[in-house]
Amino acid sequence: MAQFMTLSEAVAQNLNSGDTAAFEGFTHLIPHASAHEALRQGIKDLTLVRMTPDVVYDQLIGMGAVKKLIFSYAGNPGVGLLRRLRDSVENGWPHAIEIEEHSHAAMANAYEAGAAGLPFAAFRGYKGAELAKVNPNIRSVTCPFTGEELAAAPAIRPDVTFIHAQKADRKGNVLIEGIVGVQKEAVLAAKRSVVTVEEIVDDLHAHPNACVLPGWAVTAICLVPGGAHPSYAHGYYSRDNASYIAWDKIAADRDTFLAWMKDNVLDARPEDFADRIKHLRSAA
Amino acid sequence: MSDTDFTSNEMMTIAASRALKNTDVCFVGIGAPSAACNIARLTHAPDVTLIYESGTIGTAPQVLPLSIGDGELCDTAVTTVSVPEMFRYWLQGGRVTVGFLGAAQIDRFGNINTTVIGDYDQPKTRLPGGGGAPEIASSCGEIFITLKQSKRAMVDKIDFYTSFGHGEGGDHRQRLGIATKGPTLMVTDLAVWKPDPVTREFTVVSMHPGVTREMVQAECGWTVRFADKLEETPAPTGIELSTLRDLNARTKAAHSGGKTGEAA
Repeated sequence: MAQFMTLSEAVAQNLNSGDTAAFEGFTHLIPHASAHEALRQGIKDLTLVRMTPDVVYDQLIGMGAVKKLIFSYAGNPGVGLLRRLRDSVENGWPHAIEIEEHSHAAMANAYEAGAAGLPFAAFRGYKGAELAKVNPNIRSVTCPFTGEELAAAPAIRPDVTFIHAQKADRKGNVLIEGIVGVQKEAVLAAKRSVVTVEEIVDDLHAHPNACVLPGWAVTAICLVPGGAHPSYAHGYYSRDNASYIAWDKIAADRDTFLAWMKDNVLDARPEDFADRIKHLRSAA
Repeated sequence: MSDTDFTSNEMMTIAASRALKNTDVCFVGIGAPSAACNIARLTHAPDVTLIYESGTIGTAPQVLPLSIGDGELCDTAVTTVSVPEMFRYWLQGGRVTVGFLGAAQIDRFGNINTTVIGDYDQPKTRLPGGGGAPEIASSCGEIFITLKQSKRAMVDKIDFYTSFGHGEGGDHRQRLGIATKGPTLMVTDLAVWKPDPVTREFTVVSMHPGVTREMVQAECGWTVRFADKLEETPAPTGIELSTLRDLNARTKAAHSGGKTGEAA
């Protein structure tokens, strides 16, 4: 049953150095506040999983918290490359990280296999694609009925998944709306899960077919308004595209990056996120 | 700039937009493809179905999204599905007629690299990676590609096969058991290219107004083949140009201020 607690408590109780952790979000609802709390608590040696690592994974990698990255697209969407990731892969700063690279189809299928309790995912993919040659976790299986050769990837089973959602009710049931991404699968695939939410309400007022995670399927819930910033929460505030564009300059220089991280992450608190989204609040 | 003048980038976007039909279901890559697909929707193909890999199906954004998952895409979509459903039911299920891709590096057979420049383990430049492209390239009915020409982008040999085009040419796709057509069109800022029916090598079939063979060759890393019957790409119409410029102006205003129009 989901327990309500502060983000500081939730990270301390559910994330350990050396864990395999997913901070999921597909452009929308990216759990920035949770990742920042992990950095403040000095968590190290993480194997990070995410389909679309962007700014917040650039921050975790640049701060030296990451041992390995499992991913399918690493970029600052619409802006450019991830400069801290590049510095790690190309120059070994602050240290080299191990890379396990898949396609989106493979990652999505592998999360779904994890949620379904299966050992691997089978799908039609990677035909002629060179990733299969550099990633030993991309293999193939033969369909026992048709003989078709299909691609196979191991299920993703994180120790802990962090997501951000719009709201939870007082029993801990969580509602996710808008671009739902792969968050439901990522939570159900993980041993533990931490959900930060914009608000806690008496009634979710959810449509019968809405994307709801029952409270008994979630480990911890933390109230962190604005916790997705500079990503967005549909119905609450819009994506801070200007911050994504600004990140390209901040991340371009090691010292500028470290100074920014000290001011905005290490010396900040989860409560600071609420101020960051004030100018992005929906008119509704 | 007068109403009849246009830049090579505008010509590229508009020429690419003309390839989409009103009945197409198109998986849209971010950047240049996104602009072309939305110009198609705002001009000759109002009912084209645009799909972004964030799960938004039948989307009709007022401004171009900065990312594949901007709120604008969800707000204007017919429906928004989960990412696993997107890749399993809609893409792998064979329901997408056209995949529209950009490319960091491409060869004459439409093989695309967006993974690394240099060696995979010791890359000179680590690029974002494939994302949805490896399966878009094999699961969509056909692939359209649009990119700005340069010798850096159009190379004799790509550093990494992120997504498979026509491989080494000829029937290479069939030999790998891929049933879809693969790249059937490439639109650059200088020309329109189509694969040779036998060798599958991209061949210039139409040059944009004012462009010469020498100009196409100067920005391409392989020896360019030109069709026997070489045509001139029709110049942008007034409607096409004003639609594109209005869209770009709305987009610029939305992304510089932080608020993305009516998003969220």
